[in-house]
Amino acid sequence: MKTADLLKVGEKGIIQKFLDETITVKLLEMGLLPGSEIKLVRTAPMGCPLYLKVGKNFLALRRKEAVNVILK
Amino acid sequence: MNEVLSRQGLVKVALIGNPNSGKTSVFNRLTGLNQKVGNFPGVTVDKKTGSFSLNIENQAKLIDLPGAYSLYPTSVDERIVLDILTNKEDDLFPDVIVYVADATNLERHLLLLSQVQDLDIPIILALNMADLADKGGYKIDSAAITKKLGVTVVETNGRSGFGTSEIKKAILNKFNTKESNCSRFKFDNCTTKVIEEIKSSLSIENDYQAILYAHHYQNLGHLGGNEKSAIEEIIKKNSFSRIKAQVDETMARFDKIVPLVEKVVVNTSNTETSFTEKLDKILTHKVFGSIIFISILLLVFQAIFAWSSYPMDLIDEGFAGLTELTKLVLPNGVITNLITDGIIAGLGGVLIFIPQITILFLLVALLEEIGYMSRAVFLSDSIMRKFGLNGRSIVSLISGVACAVPAIMATRSIGDWKERLITIMVTPLMSCSARIPVFTVLVGFAVPQEYYFGIFNLQGLVVMGLYIAGATAAILSAFVMKQLLKTSEISYLVMELPTYKMPHWKNVGITVFEKVKTFVFEAGKIILIISIFLWFLASYGPGDQMVQVEQQVATEASAQNWSETKIEDEIASRKIEVSFAGYLGKAIEPVIEPLGFDWKMGIAIITSFAAREVFVGTMATIYSVGSSGDDEQSVVERMANEVDPETGELVYNQATSFSLLIFYLFAMQCMSTLAIVKRETKSWKWPTIQLIYMTGLAYFSSLIVYNIFS
Repeated sequence: MKTADLLKVGEKGIIQKFLDETITVKLLEMGLLPGSEIKLVRTAPMGCPLYLKVGKNFLALRRKEAVNVILK
Repeated sequence: MNEVLSRQGLVKVALIGNPNSGKTSVFNRLTGLNQKVGNFPGVTVDKKTGSFSLNIENQAKLIDLPGAYSLYPTSVDERIVLDILTNKEDDLFPDVIVYVADATNLERHLLLLSQVQDLDIPIILALNMADLADKGGYKIDSAAITKKLGVTVVETNGRSGFGTSEIKKAILNKFNTKESNCSRFKFDNCTTKVIEEIKSSLSIENDYQAILYAHHYQNLGHLGGNEKSAIEEIIKKNSFSRIKAQVDETMARFDKIVPLVEKVVVNTSNTETSFTEKLDKILTHKVFGSIIFISILLLVFQAIFAWSSYPMDLIDEGFAGLTELTKLVLPNGVITNLITDGIIAGLGGVLIFIPQITILFLLVALLEEIGYMSRAVFLSDSIMRKFGLNGRSIVSLISGVACAVPAIMATRSIGDWKERLITIMVTPLMSCSARIPVFTVLVGFAVPQEYYFGIFNLQGLVVMGLYIAGATAAILSAFVMKQLLKTSEISYLVMELPTYKMPHWKNVGITVFEKVKTFVFEAGKIILIISIFLWFLASYGPGDQMVQVEQQVATEASAQNWSETKIEDEIASRKIEVSFAGYLGKAIEPVIEPLGFDWKMGIAIITSFAAREVFVGTMATIYSVGSSGDDEQSVVERMANEVDPETGELVYNQATSFSLLIFYLFAMQCMSTLAIVKRETKSWKWPTIQLIYMTGLAYFSSLIVYNIFS
């Protein structure tokens, strides 16, 4: 099972579903919809948070949250 | 006319929208400077209200509700929106909603719209086109949105003001036409059952309101205990899974929104995102991004530390001149003294902060408007979160090196209450510019003027050490507070990185104006009262000792042929000794003696509460060299020669000087800071805790330092 925190810089994936339901609504609201493409653009100086591109939106997520995004 | 408009011709309009939707621009366009910033009850989120006229006979009262992504709140801001919209009895419950959405990001912005629509409050969709006005290849079919969603659509531009009158027209029209929501959400069977039971139990009419009650009843302030337990009962009986229902609902809403947006939006350009991508390659780069971030912080610091000193000096001189003039014009007496040394000095003490506040908020608002602030959070999150702080906290901490007052005001943009509170609590530990005069006077007594390796000045190194000690204390205190402050909310970061935009200068200007206004009228009141009180303490004493002192000096003066200045200095010096402040200084002597302080320093510590640099002036008065004015040299010389009459040793020896330095570094001795903390946290609780913990930290650190060096 691949999750968004395992993406390498520059790598893309397709969102399948989410692990932790309590944070799912928040992730959906921010545009992380199942079926959308997610790309790890870069990471912050200490390797966290992650700079992600989802659809045409840019988002920052900590690794802890990115674990919940399961990819196809 | 219908019922709402006949109500004194006042329509209640609420602005709702996601963060970064351009809501603030629309608010500013509608109200101009006709706006007021307050707080929502119980929380310290800005409540911006304003008014504008709809037509000749009708006024609208506009409230700018905090930015929210949905009615499933994860922040205080979002909770406020939910609380107001689910409570028809709320004073702020709107007659009409103007929903602002960013036209370039419709998918995400339509989620909250679809939720709010289900609450059956008349709603107008204001499509903010500001960021596409100058871009080709992007077209929106507004008519199709109206048809699909059953909502009036107005195209606006927060930047140019285009569409403002159309919004007003649409608000008026809402009362003449009845339109029905044709896209109401359809719930599954279990949910529908819960809805029906809540509706009949609480006698409410709206389905979505009922389901929102089911989701959030624990946190809704307007629900009574009976209602809450009734809802709980219903949820249990139907084994209604709230989180699953929220996820299902949100997904289902997007299932409708995504194809809709595909149909109504034609987008052949992606200039905006590619520009942001290019810029972020540098601005969020591990090395260059960090360097740029640090440079911006240094620029902010430089601006409020150095640039603001020119207007501040002008204000200072202006008030000194005004005092002189008043003394010349008015007859000598108590009232004149109150006006000049109490009120005018107090007002000067308030207005002196305006340049720093203006400059800091000019820069901060600009960085927010451009979209840089979220990048600052991105870059610094991993370090700051260890200490319970936020990337935005850095801006406050650095500004605190110039002055804690604007720095604390700048914490408003920190969304998380705990992170914001910790930032407020620790910022005054950063060594501010008011401590510099104290350092300059005392460091000479603590260490000799020596050079190491020919370049490192020992005194310079000690002052640098004090700055580092202040910053370290701030970071460590933050870490301790992070452990102590418990919140039920889990900490997470799911943050939008908005595309870079040209700033709206009008928004920046209004922010600066509002901040200055708030400071002067809210914190200013407290500062003025305390400074009058401090003036009273230093100018009056018990009994008629003040008069006796004057006579005493008069006799001695004629016997020893003193000069005019010598007489004045002597009177001032002996008067402060018999003033209330003097007695207080003597009263606290036993407490501060273990730190190596005498009652004279006690007086200075008390008067320094007005501002730390007052230390120098007070010392000059006590050692009767007051007439030398701001000239530090004479007071330094006088202090250097001060000998303890009992032991015959120098008073300002190394141990006492170090101890006093540390005390001034850590102690909460600034009424202006306390006043602004009161204003920002909306209670006396936090400034009180701050006063106690900082003064406690100062006391024990000084105690240790004194014992090490003596």
